[in-house]
Amino acid sequence: MEDLSFQHKARSRAGGSKQTAIIGVVASGNLEVLVERVLPGVECRLEIKTAATGFGEVWDAVVADFVERHSPGGLKFSINDGGARPDTVSLRLAQAVRLIEENGQ
Amino acid sequence: MTAPIKHTAQSWAERAGTTSFNEASARTRLELLLDAGSFVEFIGPEQREVSPHLRIFDLPEQFDDGIVVGRGRLNGSTVFVAAQEGRFMGGAFGEVHGAKLIGLLRAARQIKSIPVLILFDTGGVRLQEANAGELAIAEIMRAVMEARTAGVKVIGLIGGRSGCYGGGGLIAGCCSALAVSEPGRIAVSGPEVIETNRGVEEFDSRDRALVWRTMGGKHRRLLGAADVFTDDTVEGFRDAALELLGLIEPFGLDRLKAEQVRLADRLRSFGACADAVDIWAAEGVAHAEMVPELPADQFIALANNIGRTSRDAR
Repeated sequence: MEDLSFQHKARSRAGGSKQTAIIGVVASGNLEVLVERVLPGVECRLEIKTAATGFGEVWDAVVADFVERHSPGGLKFSINDGGARPDTVSLRLAQAVRLIEENGQ
Repeated sequence: MTAPIKHTAQSWAERAGTTSFNEASARTRLELLLDAGSFVEFIGPEQREVSPHLRIFDLPEQFDDGIVVGRGRLNGSTVFVAAQEGRFMGGAFGEVHGAKLIGLLRAARQIKSIPVLILFDTGGVRLQEANAGELAIAEIMRAVMEARTAGVKVIGLIGGRSGCYGGGGLIAGCCSALAVSEPGRIAVSGPEVIETNRGVEEFDSRDRALVWRTMGGKHRRLLGAADVFTDDTVEGFRDAALELLGLIEPFGLDRLKAEQVRLADRLRSFGACADAVDIWAAEGVAHAEMVPELPADQFIALANNIGRTSRDAR
């Protein structure tokens, strides 16, 4: 297992008012993303626990691309990864943002 | 290229009617099984009650430890629910996973009037958690029986990808009633386990037709192990749960004795059969060899003709 952490400043705060959302499962080639609206301003943090060690640079690129596209300000992402490919990671992150931006508590 | 995900215009009811229970995640199953928007989770993933064991084995954790528990409404009435996620470690029972279900069952025992729906999807005990997982199974079985003794209806819904094996099969055997779909499988020892221990002549685990007609939903319904057979949609399981809630009768020693008699009769009647097809034929199913091919609606009609487990058992 490897623990990774990334800190970014997004362009703007994420929409919606939901406090948490979760998507995905921890399985081979899959991951779960728990997203929580707990950070001030446009801060964005991702904490990753991954079963595939040595892919820090790939995560760095995927995360930077995600923050640029979705501007998830104020959100903290906690990820349990079962060795998902970068495209699956991007998809789950996008799903997580969409879920927390939906209407609801 | 990943296409952007668009929200379809489908209503909750349409989604429940078209979503495969087998393919859905534990969370989607609950969302569509219960009245729209009624689910409230207990010990949700944000509380991070993860397994204390997996880290030792350098294995990834899941924030809900592979089981989603909570309450919701079914046609307006409150129910407790527990849904296993069969894709996380085969839906296997670990210490925390088990404790969440035990807590739910004990709460139901205390309140008495709220039924419990268990959406099984499990290969059994999580081997990395060994004794803690085995203890969890024993404690859940006791909690199911204590809840039933207090008057709680405990219903198992079985149609997930991992089936309902090992300790999950034992817990299912303790429930008030079970609903199953064709892909749902119920057993204790799985196909590979039997083949490993008894040889390929005893059970060829790669013979999928054999696996399904021995452990699959149709056979379990015809044998009386499952009370209701449903098509593989979340709506089908919702309807099955509602039907079973109306059928379950009070539980006590007499019922246990009747169940013992039913099982003894079953063994006497079918103990000499070498294959599930022989059992179906002995039960009076015409063209028994065609059962695996039957579409759900035709099979349900056939099963209703054969009859249901006698009401005084289970």
